[in-house]
Formats: sequence, C-alpha cells, structure tokens
Amino acid sequence: MATEAHAEGATGYIIHHLTALRVGEGFWSLHLDTLFFSVLLGGIFIWFFKNAAEKATAGVPGLAQNFAEMIIEFVDQQVKDSFHGHSKLIAPLALTIFCWVFLWNFMDMFPVDILPGIAGLMGIEYLRVVPSTDLNATFAMSISVFCLIIFYSIKIKGPIGFAKELMFQPFGPWLTPFNLLLKLVEEIAKPISLALRLFGNLYAGELIFILIALLPWYIQPLLSFPWAIFHILIITLQAFIFMVLTIVYLSMAHEDH
Amino acid sequence: MSINATLIGQMITFALLVWFTMKYIWPPLFDSLEERKKKIADGLAAAEKGQESIVLAEKKAKQVLKEAKEQSSEIVSLAQKRANEIVEESKHTAKQEGERLIISAKSQVEQEIQQAKEGLRKEISTLAIAAAQQILGAEIDKAKHQDILNKVSNQLG
Repeated sequence: MATEAHAEGATGYIIHHLTALRVGEGFWSLHLDTLFFSVLLGGIFIWFFKNAAEKATAGVPGLAQNFAEMIIEFVDQQVKDSFHGHSKLIAPLALTIFCWVFLWNFMDMFPVDILPGIAGLMGIEYLRVVPSTDLNATFAMSISVFCLIIFYSIKIKGPIGFAKELMFQPFGPWLTPFNLLLKLVEEIAKPISLALRLFGNLYAGELIFILIALLPWYIQPLLSFPWAIFHILIITLQAFIFMVLTIVYLSMAHEDH
Repeated sequence: MSINATLIGQMITFALLVWFTMKYIWPPLFDSLEERKKKIADGLAAAEKGQESIVLAEKKAKQVLKEAKEQSSEIVSLAQKRANEIVEESKHTAKQEGERLIISAKSQVEQEIQQAKEGLRKEISTLAIAAAQQILGAEIDKAKHQDILNKVSNQLG
C-alpha cells in the first residue's frame, strides 16, 4: 500500500487519510483535493443533466432523461411541499445541492485506499477524496445558503421589515435586546448546523471505514459490507436533509409576518 | 481542520453550478415534463371523447338498424299485399275473359247455326223442287207454282 511508507502505526494511517492535499500557508491556502473532486463531481452533474436537458422531449424519454426527470420531479415535489412563494432560483438551487452533495458523499463509497493509493503512485502524498469531509466545502455551501436567506429576507420583507422581525419577535417590542439575541442565534445556527451536520456525518462515516480498513482482512468484509450498505442510506439522507433544510430556510425567509 | 481559501473557491464553484443549473438545466427538463403532462392529459381526454363518440355511434347504429328493419318489414308486407291484389286482379280478369270467350263462342255457335239453317233452308227448297220434279215430272212448271213453293219454303223457315 502506498500509504504505508508514511504511516506510523494505526494513528499515522488515520491521520494520513484525513489530511488534505494542501498548498499555501495560513488562510490563503487551498485544499486541492477538495477543489478538484468537487469541481469534477460538479462537472459530472452538469454534464449528465445538460445531456438530458438537450435531448429533452415531451415524447418518450430516453434513459438519461428519464432518470434526470425522476430527480427533477422529486426535487420539485419537495420544493412545492415546503415553499409557497414564487422563485425561479429555489428549485434549481435545491437540485444542485441535492445532486452535488450526493455526489460528494458518494465518494465515500470508494474503498478508502484506492484513490489515495493511485495518487500515491503518481507522487501525490495526501488525498482526501470526500469533499464533504472538508469543512470548507460544507461551510461554503451553507454560507452561500445563509447569504441567500439574508438576501431574500431583506428583499421580501424590506430592510425595515427584516429589522423589525429581528427585534420584535417572538416576544414583542418590550424585550427587544432579548429578541435580537435570540433571532441572531437562530439565524447563525442555520448555516452552522447545516454545515456541521453534513460534515460530521460524512467525517464519522469515513473514519469508520478507515478504522475497518485497519482490521485484519478476514474481518473487514463482515464490517465494511453492512456499513457500506448503511452508508448508502446516510449519504442520500444527508444530501436530502441539506436540500430540504435549504428549501425550508428560504421559505421562512419568504414569509412576511 | 482549518478553514481557508478553499471555502471561497467552493463558494464560487457552488454559485457557478447553481447559475448553470438555473439557466440551462432546470427550464428545459421541467418544460418537457410539463409538456408531457399536458400531452398525456390531452390524450386521455381525447380517449374519453372517443369512447363517448363510440357509444353515441353505437346508439345511432342501433337506431338506424331498427329503422331499416321496420322499413323492410313494411316493404315486405306491402309487397305481399300487392301480390295478393295482383293475384286477385288476375283471377278476376281471367274470369271475365273466360266469360267473354264463352259469350263470343256462344254467339258464334248461334251464328253458325243460323247460317246452317239458312243453307239448309235453301237446299231444302232446291231438294224439295228436285223431289217434286222427280215426282211430278216435267208437268210442274216452276213459274206457275212459284207461290206454292214459296209457301213450303216459308213453312220450313
């Protein structure tokens, strides 16, 4: 295994697997692996759906179109169920989040040593293949969603309306400071919980795969097989939760009290 | 676990992906879905309409068939009636013709009898004269006894 050269026992192996391929120092450094895989997966998503969209007909759909339509109808249903305003952005946003996060998470289904091993042969020392185990990726998405929440809150309710909501709810104007504190915590908790939920689930999942990989080979299938199957549920569920919560948050931002 | 500029790169990527999806992916796929929905709804409506028209057509066909049956039975009964009439008529004509023939035959027979009588009358008178000549010989003068001969022939008539 290519990683063995750098691993110092089990701890070294784990740390190696969870270290990102990084260039630069301090804040202005980049995780190349995260960027590479998320752009690649985004490209796959765009390629597949663009392909389906170009061939889209109202007649008998092809296999790709059928699959794309299935996902689109599913996302559209979720948007219709939770979101009651009119927005051209929210359904495509939800679709992008669902597919992109799902593809990120899906990278977790590759055996933990395959891609880092290949990269090691090519001379790349560290490689973390699952973008959702990088806080940068999950926070990037949740902060973008947070910006949209703020944007729509101000756009729909007006700056004054939004300020009023922050100050006078839920307990009325007599408790303004308390209201403000409560609302700020509530708003800021949204992106943090979104990002950390996804990150935590996938990080833990990846860690367990790595731990299983440390066991003797004859025990590994007994554990990794059920965990992988369980993980199929987790990766879909996490993508779904991220999408639905985004829709719900944006729907709340659109509601004028 | 450090937050760094990757965050910004990821946000840019995310924004691009959302923009692309919004612009080029969602609308055509969603439109095709809506269009298909409409097509299917139209098709179903057309099918229903077709079914209705079939029911109507069946009803109409039954009606037409019934009318045709009625008409044909009427025609048949008319034809029967007419045939009976023709038979009756021809019977009548035949009878009349027969009677007429009988009458003309009778009158012809009568005429022939008359003619025969006439002929016989003439011949009798000749025969009578010849017989009288035979009996009386040359003594009897035809011119002298014309009166007597006339009387005899009148008696024969």
